[in-house]
Amino acid sequence: MTTKANVDYRLIDSTLRDGSHAISHQYDVDEVISIVRGLSSAGVQVIEIAHGDGLGGSSFNYGFSKVDEKELIARACEESGDSTIACLLVPGIGLADDLKDVHELGVGMARIATHCTEADISEQHIQTAKKLGMEAIGFLMMAHMNSPEGLVEQALLMQSYGADAIYIADSAGAMTTEDVRRRVNALVEALDVPLGVHAHNNLAMAVSNSIAAYEEGAANLDGTSAGLGAGAGNCPTEILAAVSTKYGIETGVDPLKLMDVAEEVVRPIMPRQQVIDRAGLILGYAGVYGSFLLHAQKAAERYNVPQAEILMELGRRQVVGGQEDMIIDVALELARKHAEEDQ
Amino acid sequence: MPARCAIIGSGNIGTDLMYKMLRSDVLDLVALVGIDPDSDGLARARKEGLEAPHTGPDWVLDNADNIDMIFDATSAYVHVRYYKKYEEAGITAIDLTPAARGPKVIPPVNLYEHLDAPNINMVTCGGQATTPMVYAIRRAIEKLPYAEMVSTVSSRSAGPGTRQNIDEFTKTTSTALREIGGAEQSKAIIVLNPAEPPILMRNTVFAGLPDGSDHQAVLDSIYEMVDEVAKYVPGYRLKNPPVVEEGPFHTPGGEVPHRAVVLLEVEGAGDYLPTYAGNLDIMTAAAMRVGEAVARKDSEVSV
Repeated sequence: MTTKANVDYRLIDSTLRDGSHAISHQYDVDEVISIVRGLSSAGVQVIEIAHGDGLGGSSFNYGFSKVDEKELIARACEESGDSTIACLLVPGIGLADDLKDVHELGVGMARIATHCTEADISEQHIQTAKKLGMEAIGFLMMAHMNSPEGLVEQALLMQSYGADAIYIADSAGAMTTEDVRRRVNALVEALDVPLGVHAHNNLAMAVSNSIAAYEEGAANLDGTSAGLGAGAGNCPTEILAAVSTKYGIETGVDPLKLMDVAEEVVRPIMPRQQVIDRAGLILGYAGVYGSFLLHAQKAAERYNVPQAEILMELGRRQVVGGQEDMIIDVALELARKHAEEDQ
Repeated sequence: MPARCAIIGSGNIGTDLMYKMLRSDVLDLVALVGIDPDSDGLARARKEGLEAPHTGPDWVLDNADNIDMIFDATSAYVHVRYYKKYEEAGITAIDLTPAARGPKVIPPVNLYEHLDAPNINMVTCGGQATTPMVYAIRRAIEKLPYAEMVSTVSSRSAGPGTRQNIDEFTKTTSTALREIGGAEQSKAIIVLNPAEPPILMRNTVFAGLPDGSDHQAVLDSIYEMVDEVAKYVPGYRLKNPPVVEEGPFHTPGGEVPHRAVVLLEVEGAGDYLPTYAGNLDIMTAAAMRVGEAVARKDSEVSV
């Protein structure tokens, strides 16, 4: 058993934040308590919780939370043991005021997420988190849409605002291992603060990409229990831990306990298993934001157009995270187009 | 007699507003005021034969006897520092910054309510684009428990002011949806999209429709309001027909069986800014609408 200071990378589990997309933000208090207890007793250092689209994400556009996220966060903080509770916030959706609220509840880390070319909207929020005494992480989403050099430029901005670490997120699960290596390499070289990688599994690359990121110098990695998450799912925490152990990489977590959490706590509440079906694969293939998956499924049913067509068109339009309203826009246009063709 | 006007701020908004104002019969543009003598805006003002001082808002105060109205296109910080001085000098201020010192005005909703105010605030670009829709839905039903707007603008058209204080945009816009739009609860979201070529400004309005709402009346009211806004923002249009979707939806204002979805696009007039910057165009167009209404009212009084 290693002490936490000895781990080779820090594991951040986002089952209660990114995983929330897969259950349409319907977590209740009991589920949160069992997941936090399970992860914490397995030795996970950081547990992230919020609406899937970050603090303040409960909305028509992204789906309303079943239980107020701040109530869930409060309960998570009570049950967290030695783990740190983190929240994610997307400027433009959540407010700096939300950080003050969750800090009072006991949240110790704030991840401030922007599209990978828009880091300069995070200054206010990173500085607020720092002033409150929280660890602040700058989180660049849809990182496949920016070059290694471009990401370095954006990451340096976040570092200059006071970020304690920088993350790149493969939000569309669209990166190959080579894509990850080039980006991580450039960032580790350029930054004074540690780097992290958040992977998705749309191309079945999540675990191997995470290991590759570690090999290139990433010091933080993300996972979710049973891969619960947007699109075809996240990097499964228990698999990442098991694979890391086989590589001889010290994680400080107990893979067997994480397997128990995945099997006994998370799988029973999953409405569908995280498989890479056609829609999930298309997300990675076309480079579309993972959380569009279920919204596109709903719009496809509502307007009787193929989900795959909606996703491909969203990719063609280069929509970014947060533009869920464009799913309805595209569905309506496709429905009109098909109606015209039928005449 | 036309109102004698000065625009303060020679950036994108101020320069675009200048070209609009040069075409006005009721607003007589005297000066574009900046702080950088080498700015493109001031060079263009000189070319149009206008005064183009670079001594900032103080120039306006020094020339207060010759100016009836100012349009502030600087920043909330500068506006807060000067707004009382404009009022003391008897100058009406149309505020295009998010300073929100005066009453908020959305022309097709409450244009005539605040024409006597010494200071009028233009809310935000997203507020100008979506509050009329929320109001249009609200007037067609008994009550509107919850409304939400999502604004997506091209990265190129989002200036440093918006970027440094993005919370100000969402808070001010959300407030306008309630105070002026008539929603009981509200939320505003802004997204920046870096796609090239830049996308046109997009706005989506979601509104929770309580049981018993007349859906056809809601849709009719939306169409009517789009025409109303398009009178002064020619590039304002529906991207798709408005739809009513079936829920239920558990909004912060309570559960509703349906929601209205309005998908809007704003193409700019291209006066100074490229046409993709509909977000800036709708601000300058709305400010013109307000300024002209104030000028017309003042000239009626003096007759």
